[in-house]
Amino acid sequence: MTQDQQNLPSKLFRRDIPVWRDERVLRVLAQIISAIVIIGFFFWMVNNVVTAANQRGLSLGFRFLDDAAGFPIGESPIPYEPSNTFAYAFYVGLLNTVKVSVIGVILATILGIIVGLARLSTNWLVNRLALTFIEIHRNIPLLVLLFLWYQAVFLKLPGVRQSIVWPGPVYLNQRGLYMTWPRFTESATPFIISIISGIILATAVYLYLRKRRETSGKPTYYGAAGLAILIAFPILGWFLADGVPLRLDVPELSGFNFRGGAYMTPEFAALLIGLFTYTAAFIAEVVRAGIQAVNRGQLEAARAVGLDYIQVLSLIIMPQALRVIIPPLISQYLNLIKNSSLAFFIGFPDLFYIGRTTINQAGRAIPVFLLIMTIYLGLSLITSIFMNYYNKRIQLVER
Amino acid sequence: MTATTPEIIAPPQPPGPIAWLRKNLFSTWYNSLLTIVLLFLIYWAGSAILRWVFVSADWTPVVRHPILYGVGQYPREQIWRVGLCLSIASLLVGVSWRVWGGVMRVMVIFYAAALFLLVIWPAEGAALTSEIRLALGVIIALIGVGYLVGGVKFVRPAFVLVAWLVSLGVTLVLLRGFNGSALLPVVPTQLWGGLMVTLLLSVGGITLSFPIGVLLALGRRSSLPVLSIFSTLFIEVVRGVPLISILFLASLLVPLFLPAEMRIDRLLRALIGMTVFSAAYMAENVRGGLAAVPHGQEEAAKAVGLKGYHITLLIVLPQALRAVIPPMVGQFISLFKDTTLAFGIAVLELLAVGRSILQGNPEYFGRQMEVLLFIAAVFWVLSYLMSYASLRLEAALGVGER
Repeated sequence: MTQDQQNLPSKLFRRDIPVWRDERVLRVLAQIISAIVIIGFFFWMVNNVVTAANQRGLSLGFRFLDDAAGFPIGESPIPYEPSNTFAYAFYVGLLNTVKVSVIGVILATILGIIVGLARLSTNWLVNRLALTFIEIHRNIPLLVLLFLWYQAVFLKLPGVRQSIVWPGPVYLNQRGLYMTWPRFTESATPFIISIISGIILATAVYLYLRKRRETSGKPTYYGAAGLAILIAFPILGWFLADGVPLRLDVPELSGFNFRGGAYMTPEFAALLIGLFTYTAAFIAEVVRAGIQAVNRGQLEAARAVGLDYIQVLSLIIMPQALRVIIPPLISQYLNLIKNSSLAFFIGFPDLFYIGRTTINQAGRAIPVFLLIMTIYLGLSLITSIFMNYYNKRIQLVER
Repeated sequence: MTATTPEIIAPPQPPGPIAWLRKNLFSTWYNSLLTIVLLFLIYWAGSAILRWVFVSADWTPVVRHPILYGVGQYPREQIWRVGLCLSIASLLVGVSWRVWGGVMRVMVIFYAAALFLLVIWPAEGAALTSEIRLALGVIIALIGVGYLVGGVKFVRPAFVLVAWLVSLGVTLVLLRGFNGSALLPVVPTQLWGGLMVTLLLSVGGITLSFPIGVLLALGRRSSLPVLSIFSTLFIEVVRGVPLISILFLASLLVPLFLPAEMRIDRLLRALIGMTVFSAAYMAENVRGGLAAVPHGQEEAAKAVGLKGYHITLLIVLPQALRAVIPPMVGQFISLFKDTTLAFGIAVLELLAVGRSILQGNPEYFGRQMEVLLFIAAVFWVLSYLMSYASLRLEAALGVGER
């Protein structure tokens, strides 16, 4: 029969399906047409942009990145001068975005878990307070919350001399937040080395003992052993170091401003607080839903076989809840990163702010936007790859 | 067998207040401690907040400008056009109340209450003349008229939906006006503002993004690689970048994308940005709905000989979209909140109006808290109302129960 068909190629159309109704032909045709339409539309737009750019004398190249930026940046984790290049300014913006995102994600996760657990509390008051927190943050636009934090809270704080003092000491005033911060002294090298080696050793011991526990079935106390190493090594290092390895850097009023300590500008502080409390409200709902998704029978069965409350939570509830929690948590993290671009409105020099400033200073709207959007896409991609890897590890392995 | 005497067991008594307190607030020693500490904190914070709200706060920047918050700089002599749009909305709200019942009732009560609040708005010199107050009263009464109209036999739910869509177009035309018309002179969109623009952007954005989102979702699921690649690319790129960058892109680049002779005003650019952004998220919602339709439906449709597009249009989509309504309401709420970002491209939505009131009047110096809290309250009430309605709707649709 195959030979038959090979000999008679015209028999392909033996069933008398006309070409315009043959599904295989139509599929190819539909794809070609849609590809032409989409690519054609794209080229039409690009062509318009290029024409318009040429008419107005706008440059489309990326060569400007090597020119001097010429504008100051309010705060930067690395030294920056207006004479640095645009590329370097973008790098500073990226670092600021990453800084606020990383700290924001950590704080949002902690607060989100606390509020989510509070939402499940049997104490009516705790429960309602958590609900109030969630409902306030979920129904008010983030931008309004950011303005509230920045203009109505941080800019309304008292002047430097009337600073609000919190235990620590932490000083809060119009210029920002000054915190006492531990810093390494010159003699801290043995201390730092012992901390790092402690972490490595603790992880290794933890993994080894856990593996042995899983293969032998005998208790190996892997958690306790790891924790002991984690605590013992830094203590050892503390005494090995000659002199005190850590000292507290306390902010002190000198002249018209504070010196020393860790410092946050009001812009950064307002952005950070607004972002992390807003995201925490969403994370709290994710956590609550995840824990509630675990079948109640699991908890009862675990109690019945005699696990205590901590064991139930850490061995039974959490591993199952995490499977539900992680995917929506990833998208909350991504939202936080994207929302950090609202820094632009309160003047924190993040990536987007630097991009806008560059457009104001040097034009080049198109290359700048391509650059910004690519970087944001990259950040989203890296985060989701990382989190998806973690997600894959904790998901149930189905047969 | 001994015959048991039929004994009626009394239902358990509802717990008294003391029992309730013991169970919910003082069940263990640490719960009691927590409760007492929290009560103290709530008292401390609550009394400070109440003192601020009723004693120290100065609400004049809020109370004096209800019309600015409502419609921005829309010419006062043309404000009857806004009233006309509200009247149409009132009629339709009334009709929907009669036709859809349940879910709408809360909305109707709120809508009427909001209008009534404007009728009795306290401030003198608030630009709310007695004519406007009277007109607002009539607009409230129109809800009742709509309710009666909804009782007419041939009014069906589908008609009401169409009427809402048509009214959106009519509203835009009425507000914008025509070139050279004496009755409806053009009001350029630069003068539009306030809650009106916020609502137009969010409602317009979600409405326009709906068909695009459905097409993108179908495209992404398509077995044709070209379609699915382009749809996926569009969806993922838009979802991977912040809304603010899309809005700026729309505002800066749409004039460049289009040929020079096509001029597009600022509000429309913002609407394009919101639509593009919302369409990508809509597509993902619809895709979720499509995935929820059992495969057997499609196979059964094929077996009875339906054509490809008939299967999609008549079998798959109707079932998918029903499951998508609750997440769509959620998306509408976040789009509604996101309209504040249009402030960044100089669209005078609610937040921008609030800030320009603060900047334009030196006597309001330092009153950011009051204005921002008022705006936050407006957003809060509207969003909360919508999420409440969404919960009711979810229950009414019985999504996830079959």
